[in-house]
Parts: sequence; structure tokens; C-alpha cells
Amino acid sequence: MSSWLGTVLWLVGAAFDLVGCIGLVRLPDVYNRLQAGTKCVTLGTCLILLGTALLADCPACSAKAAMCLLFVLVTAPTAAHALARGAKVSGVPLWEGSVVDEWDATVDRGGERS
Amino acid sequence: MLAAAMLIILGSSAVLCLYRIGRGPTTPDRMVGIDILGVLVVGFASVACILSGRDFVINIALAWALLSFVGTLALAKHLEGKGFDE
Repeated sequence: MSSWLGTVLWLVGAAFDLVGCIGLVRLPDVYNRLQAGTKCVTLGTCLILLGTALLADCPACSAKAAMCLLFVLVTAPTAAHALARGAKVSGVPLWEGSVVDEWDATVDRGGERS
Repeated sequence: MLAAAMLIILGSSAVLCLYRIGRGPTTPDRMVGIDILGVLVVGFASVACILSGRDFVINIALAWALLSFVGTLALAKHLEGKGFDE
């Protein structure tokens, strides 16, 4: 039972990873790529780690996989947010098809964002 | 069969990440590729732990998750033009 569930979680997670990396190649600018890559690859890797926690023989491996899952779930969005902020501060422009840039609007109003 | 499927899917994902790292066109694009490749390697190491039957390989996943996060934060701080302790 848990072996079947772990296998299915592995395959679904790997499919999410592949879709995220296709988005990383296909999308037009750095913010869109960050969005697609981070969301899909975080979910896919968390599903793979959950499958590993179910498939592992020893309890220590399951516990380590679960710890790894929690850590990836917390840190991957944090790192993506820091990267997006760094890209915006260093002056990478948005794609010309983007409809709104709330960062520039905030800075023009008096700039509570430093 | 399952092992081959997982290795092919994760390997082609890593190749797509490497394409983005090599192609650019801006420095933040390469950093995004490096960040996502780090998360992919965590999943790959946990798969390799089960497939090879060696228990210590899961430690590589844990350490890689920690170090990849710190490295990405350092790169992001460098993009903002700050030092790592600011």
C-alpha cells in the first residue's frame, strides 16, 4: 500500500519538476521564469521527498526525508523572493507584455520600500 | 523501469535548467537556474537513496538543501549590491 503510494508520489513529483523546468526555459522574462520554476519545482520536490519518506526502509531515512521536505517548503519561496527583489533592485526590466508594476508605483509615491 | 523513468525525467529537467544557466540572458536568469537546479538535486539525492539502497545518501539531500539556500541568499544579496551581513 505505502509502496504503491510512494511510487505514484514519485512519478507525479517528477512530472511537476519537468513542467517547472519547461516553464523555466519557455517563459519570457526573469520574473515569470522565477514564478514557474519555483512553484512547480518546490511542489514536485516536496512530493518526491514525501514518496521517499513512504518508501524508505529505515525510520531514520523517513525522518530525514520529512525534515528535508519541511526545509525545502520553507526556504525555496524565501530564496525566490530574495532573488526577485535582487533582480528588481539591480534593474532588470519587466517583459513588455506585463500590465502592472506595483514596485515602481510604490517607489514613485514616496518609497516606503527601501 | 521506475528507476529509469525517474532518472530520465529528473535528468531532462536538469538539462533544461543547465540550458537556462548557459543561455542567460541576464545574470538573475542564471541565478534562478542555479537555485532551481539546487532544489532538483535535493529530490534527485532522495531518489538515489532509495534506488541504491544506501542510507547515507539522504544526508546529501539534507546538506544540499541547507547549502543551496544559503548560497542563493548570498547571490541575491550580491545582486542588491550589499554584503552578506547587511
